[in-house]
Amino acid sequence: MSRYFASRAVEIVVVLALMSLVVYLLIGLMPGDPIDMMISGDSKMTSEDAARLRALYELDKPLLQRYLAWAWQALQGNFGYSRSLSQPVLEVLWPRLINTLILEGVAFAVAIAIALPLGMWAAARPRSNVDYLINLVCFGGFSLPIFWLGLLLIALFAVTLGWLPAGGMADTSASFGERLRYLALPVMTLTIAQLGAYTRFMRGAMIEVLRQDFIRTAQAKGLGEWAVLSRHAFRNALVPVLTILALHFGALFSGALITETVFAWPGMGNAIYHAILDNDYNLALMGLLLATLATIVGNVLADLAYVWADPRVTLT
Amino acid sequence: MSDAAAAHPRLLVWRRFRRHQLAWGSAIFLAILLALSLAAPLIADLRGIDPLKTELLNRFQPPSAAHWLGTDDLGRDLFQRLLDGGRVSMLVGIAGAVLSAILGALIGVLAGYLGGRFDAFLMRFTDGVIALPLLPLLIVLAALDPAKLGIPQSIAESETFSLYRIVAIIALTGWTTAARLVRAETLSLKQRDYVRAARALGAGPPRIMFRHILPNAAGSLVVATSMSAGGLILLESTLSFLNLGIQPPAASWGNMLTRAQDLLQDAPMQAVWPGLLIFATVIACNFLGDGLQDALDPRSERQ
Repeated sequence: MSRYFASRAVEIVVVLALMSLVVYLLIGLMPGDPIDMMISGDSKMTSEDAARLRALYELDKPLLQRYLAWAWQALQGNFGYSRSLSQPVLEVLWPRLINTLILEGVAFAVAIAIALPLGMWAAARPRSNVDYLINLVCFGGFSLPIFWLGLLLIALFAVTLGWLPAGGMADTSASFGERLRYLALPVMTLTIAQLGAYTRFMRGAMIEVLRQDFIRTAQAKGLGEWAVLSRHAFRNALVPVLTILALHFGALFSGALITETVFAWPGMGNAIYHAILDNDYNLALMGLLLATLATIVGNVLADLAYVWADPRVTLT
Repeated sequence: MSDAAAAHPRLLVWRRFRRHQLAWGSAIFLAILLALSLAAPLIADLRGIDPLKTELLNRFQPPSAAHWLGTDDLGRDLFQRLLDGGRVSMLVGIAGAVLSAILGALIGVLAGYLGGRFDAFLMRFTDGVIALPLLPLLIVLAALDPAKLGIPQSIAESETFSLYRIVAIIALTGWTTAARLVRAETLSLKQRDYVRAARALGAGPPRIMFRHILPNAAGSLVVATSMSAGGLILLESTLSFLNLGIQPPAASWGNMLTRAQDLLQDAPMQAVWPGLLIFATVIACNFLGDGLQDALDPRSERQ
C-alpha cells in the first residue's frame, strides 16, 4: 500500500512538471505578452519604456529560462497574480475548484445512481426491447452537444416555464434550497451528458460477468434472478467499470468546463476558459495544473474503490 | 453448394450490415446531408440567395417561400447557413477522423510490432492523454498565435486557416482510440503463420507492417474511424461554439450557436436547428460505427 502511494506520488509530480512545462511553452506562443497589455492600457508609453519593462520583467530571456524561474518560484509556493482580477491565483482558484467539485460530484453521483441500474437491467435482458431502448437512449446521450443541451434546458426551464434560474450561482448567504435551485440545471446538463457512456460501461461489464460459470452455479442452486444480479454479478462487474470511470474523469472535467461556461457557473473550467481568452497567463497555467491534479487524485480514489470492490486486488 | 456457403466474406459483411436497419438508415441520412451540404453553393445560386449577404432590416423573418427557414440575426437565409455550416462541420469531422486514424494506425502498428520499451512508453503515453482533462488544453492550442508558430501572415489570415487549425487540433485528440485498436490487432496478427511465413521469406519489418498487418487491421480501423468521426464533429462544434474554432463569417453548426444564448427570447428556432443537425449527424455516425462493428465482427456482443 505505501509502495502504491509512493509510486503514485512520483507519477503526480512527473505529470505536473511535464504539464507545467508544456503549458508554459504553449502560453508563450499565445498572442501578445504582458507588456503589450500595458502598452494598450497606456498611450504615453514609448518603445524604450516597453524594452526597459521587458528587461525588468525578464521577458527578453529565452522561454525555457523563464519557465525555470517560474518553476523555482512555484516550488516556494509563489504562483503569481491573476492579471485580470489582481489577486493571487490560488485565492482566485480555490473557491472555484470547490464549486467545480460540487458540480462534478453531484452530477457524477446522480449519473452513477441512474446508469448502474439501467446498465444492469439492459444486460439482464440482452437483445430485448428494453435493452434496445436503453441503448438508443445511451447513443442519444453521448451524441448530444453539451452546450446545446444546456441551451435547451435554459429555454425550457428558465425562459418558458420560469421555474429555475438560467445561470450563475447563489451567494453563500442564500438558503440551501435556493442554492440547490441554481445547481439544478447545470447538474442536469452534466448528468445527461455522462449518462449514456456510464450505462454502456455497466452493460458491457455485466454481460461479461453474466457469462461466467459462478453465475450459472448461483442460478443452479436456485437463487432468484435479482439475487444473482445484485449480489453476485453486480460487485464483479463494478471492478472493470471503476477502471473505465477513472479514465473518464478527464472527460467529466471537459464536460464541466462547457457546462460552467453556458451557465456562468463560477468554477475552474469557466475560470480557465476566460483566463485563456483574456491572456491571464498565470491564472490559465495554474488552473490547468489544478484541473490535472484533481483528475489524477480522482484516479487514485478510483484505485482505492477498486480494492474495496475486489478484495483479491492489492495495490502495488 | 448453397449460395451462402459460396458467398465471399465481404459479401457476408455487406449482408449483415444491410440487416442493421439503424446503421443502414444512418448511412443514407449522412449521404443525403453530405450531398446537400456539398451542393450548397449550387443550391444558393438556384434559389438566387447570397448566403453571406447581411440585411439587418430583414432579420428574424419567419419561414417563407423566399427563406425556407426564415432569416438569422443578421438577416441571412438560415437554411443556406445551415447547409454551409454542415459542409464545414462534416468535412472537418471526416478530415479529422481520417487524419487521426492514419496517425493512430502508425503509432499502433509500431508499438504492437516493435514491442518492448517503445511499446510500453507509447501505451503509457496514450493512457496519459486519455486521462487528462483535454478540453482546456485544446482551448490553449486553439488560442495560439500563428505568427509565433512561424506561420506566414498571408496563410494565417486566409479564410481557410481556422479550418486547417481545427482539423489539426481534432486529429491530435482522436488518434488514441485507433492506436489502441491497431496495437491490439497487431499483437495478435504478428503471431499468425502467414506473417511468420512472410518473415521466413525475408520480408523486412516495414513490409510486414504495411503489407501484411495493416490491411488485416483495416476492418477495425474503419469502425474506429466512423465512431470517432461523431465525437470529433462534437468537439469541433464545441470549440466553434466557444469562438475558438471556425471563425465567422464562415458558418459551422457550432459557431451558429455562439450567440444563440442571447437569441433564445427573440428567435428560439435559430438555436434549435444547428444543434439538432449536430445531434442527428453525430448519432448517425455512432449508429453507423455500431452497425459496421456488428457486421465485421458478428461474434461481438452475441451470447
